[in-house]
Amino acid sequence: MIIDDLDAIAEAERSSAKKTVIRCCMAAGCMSSHSEAVKTSLEKIVRDSGLSERIEVRGVGCMRLCCQGPLVGVDPDGIIYEKVTPEDAPAVIIATQGGEANVKRGDPTHPFYTKQLSIVLANSGLIDPERIESYIAVDGYRALHAVLREMTPNDVVESAIKSGLRGRGGAGYSTGLKWATVAKTPAAQKYVVCNADEGDPGAFMDRSVLESDPHSVLEGMAIAAYAVGANQGYIYVRAEYPLAIKRLQIAIKQARQTGLLGSGIFESPFSFTVDIRIGAGAYVCGEETALMASIEGRRGTPRPRPPFPAESGLWGCPTLINNVETFANIPVIIRKGAEWFASIGTGLSKGTKVFALAGKIENTGLIEVPMGTPLRQIVEEMGGGAPGGVKIKAVQTGGPSGGCIPASELDTPVDYESLTRLGSIMGSGGMIVMDESTRMPEIARFFMEFCMDESCGKCIPCRTGTVQMHRLLDKIVRREATPEDLAKLEELCDMVARTSLCGLGQNAPNPILSTLRFFRNEYLELLQAQPDGKPAPAGANAT
Amino acid sequence: MAAKTLIIDGKQVSAQDDATILDAATDAGIKIPTLCHLGGVYDVGACRLCLVEVAGAKKLFSACTTRVAEGMEVHTDTERLRKYRRMTLELLFAERNHVCSVCVSNGKCELQTLAWQNGMEHVGYDYSFPRWGVDATHHLFGLDHNRCVLCQRCVRVCWHIEGAGTKNVAGRGARSAIIDDLKQPWGDSETCTSCGKCVLACPTGALFNKGSTVGEMSRDLNKLEYIVNARLKKQWIALE
Repeated sequence: MIIDDLDAIAEAERSSAKKTVIRCCMAAGCMSSHSEAVKTSLEKIVRDSGLSERIEVRGVGCMRLCCQGPLVGVDPDGIIYEKVTPEDAPAVIIATQGGEANVKRGDPTHPFYTKQLSIVLANSGLIDPERIESYIAVDGYRALHAVLREMTPNDVVESAIKSGLRGRGGAGYSTGLKWATVAKTPAAQKYVVCNADEGDPGAFMDRSVLESDPHSVLEGMAIAAYAVGANQGYIYVRAEYPLAIKRLQIAIKQARQTGLLGSGIFESPFSFTVDIRIGAGAYVCGEETALMASIEGRRGTPRPRPPFPAESGLWGCPTLINNVETFANIPVIIRKGAEWFASIGTGLSKGTKVFALAGKIENTGLIEVPMGTPLRQIVEEMGGGAPGGVKIKAVQTGGPSGGCIPASELDTPVDYESLTRLGSIMGSGGMIVMDESTRMPEIARFFMEFCMDESCGKCIPCRTGTVQMHRLLDKIVRREATPEDLAKLEELCDMVARTSLCGLGQNAPNPILSTLRFFRNEYLELLQAQPDGKPAPAGANAT
Repeated sequence: MAAKTLIIDGKQVSAQDDATILDAATDAGIKIPTLCHLGGVYDVGACRLCLVEVAGAKKLFSACTTRVAEGMEVHTDTERLRKYRRMTLELLFAERNHVCSVCVSNGKCELQTLAWQNGMEHVGYDYSFPRWGVDATHHLFGLDHNRCVLCQRCVRVCWHIEGAGTKNVAGRGARSAIIDDLKQPWGDSETCTSCGKCVLACPTGALFNKGSTVGEMSRDLNKLEYIVNARLKKQWIALE
């Protein structure tokens, strides 16, 4: 494989493009509402009506507005159809030949679409994730070529640093710095690992990226491997994502066959292979040391750091671990330049962030916005607010490790520092909107139950502390708690956060702490009502 | 091998290059509470009792897994650490069924001793009173899950001193439990060599010799370290 071959594939793909492309969402959200049947029926009608020369029906990745699925897009008309059924297929086809289809139309000029800035999701919903040619036609693997033929590993690390990209898995550590550390650690064997063990309740960004554009992740990993000096990569993906796994398998196979993975890529001395490792349903395996233990075939439990994976990771070798979204940013950064990337976003948070909008919100789906976008713009303008015009009460970010941001703080720009200041975290990108009917102590109890169930059991504070915190929260919700119980809960929050072994335990108290910070009254109201039959004070809702 | 100098609780201490804070403190006669630490096997930093403060760092470090550094200033006995240790112990006591008065290890139990040494006068949390069973299928030893603190000392000696690989942990969170082979009765295990090292390693009364009654289980931990030192350092004299 040389660059001419890549050009030839791209050229062949572009020249075979048909006049009309009907894009049918084949990501998990739309597939769960039978988009596969829609696609089959569209294909049948195109075939039967002899339009095969003029119309291509293409299975694509996520088209963002999941709640209106199955989604179908028609190019070049720029039409989006929503909630398409197989019976709608004839109307959609007839409309491509002029005329109007009596199918629900989406509004591409809605802020939900227009306020998005797609870097990671640039190809999502446009290309066929199961065909490498489709990715190559949109400049895929060009960044890898540029890196291998024109840049030294050090240049690549420098680019990553200059771009200001920070880890999209949640902690926000500088990606370039992490790469530099692995690159500088001398070792005969190094590894690159992609963390695709997305497990926060309500989060589906990484799944969508893998289902929609798996090659961008592979290309990002290959570039990272060249930069740090690794020749083997692993993608650790949870078993609950069968479609993502299938698309990754197809992508790896095609990349290997095309010569874009394997030995001597682009006739350079660089070799890189990627294997998939499938998780077994433990949330804690998203923690990097537990993830590595799991890849090695051991029980997936974290170990104390240092040593960090960059120094001693898989089988004791220096290992670079980045999240799916982080890797997906890399090819674009190389293609368009670090300066371009650094020009997007805020002072310390560069680029864009993908969020999975869920909960009590009109437009559920996937969005990608520049860092620094105010929360209000995301949930009110783009998300359309809570259904039925109900007031939004809070926005939860960062999953079980994050916190609830109250409606009064909705003007906060979304970046790492601002969210941390509010006691929440950027997290991996789950964003759950809560309306006025949500009771915060119950939310805290939900997340604590999650942490309790997902604690690996290795360290005492997390294993036993989450049980006791859950018990106290339950007592509060059931109106059986005293002020002493609340004090005990707060004491436990501090202790578990400070003494737990890994991030799961250290951050488990966050949902309690942040709801106590902004909604303390809700806790106090539950305390005042005793189970002796006294009426609950005004404003407290019975459970 | 170069030595490093550091300060532990205001005292100047020198330590070997690769020593942990716990090693350095122990050498200097400074006692840091430990539970999952066991001489002779590698450390896992699970019990969090040995957490110490290091000047200039916000987070706490487990002394058993953190290497010393030149000029490091360590505090092992601050008000905050004492409080966390008491809470950790209270949480442990509330977790399973630790009833000293009927326990084979009463009076010789590390958990009991830790509670006493760290001023744990009462348990401020609701007891869980879980229903855990006893595995008495082995002809020499028994395993009472009610008294297990999941320190994994038995697992580590089984794998790394005896090399049998019988013991392991299954399940997660509060439902974690020590298992034998693929979670079968201990007596049916085909890998167990009946060496008894796990029983020696147990800090509580969870693993015991059959036939011992209340307060009768005594263990000589030096035996384990002796085996390891004999093998690795060719040092054949038992430590006092």
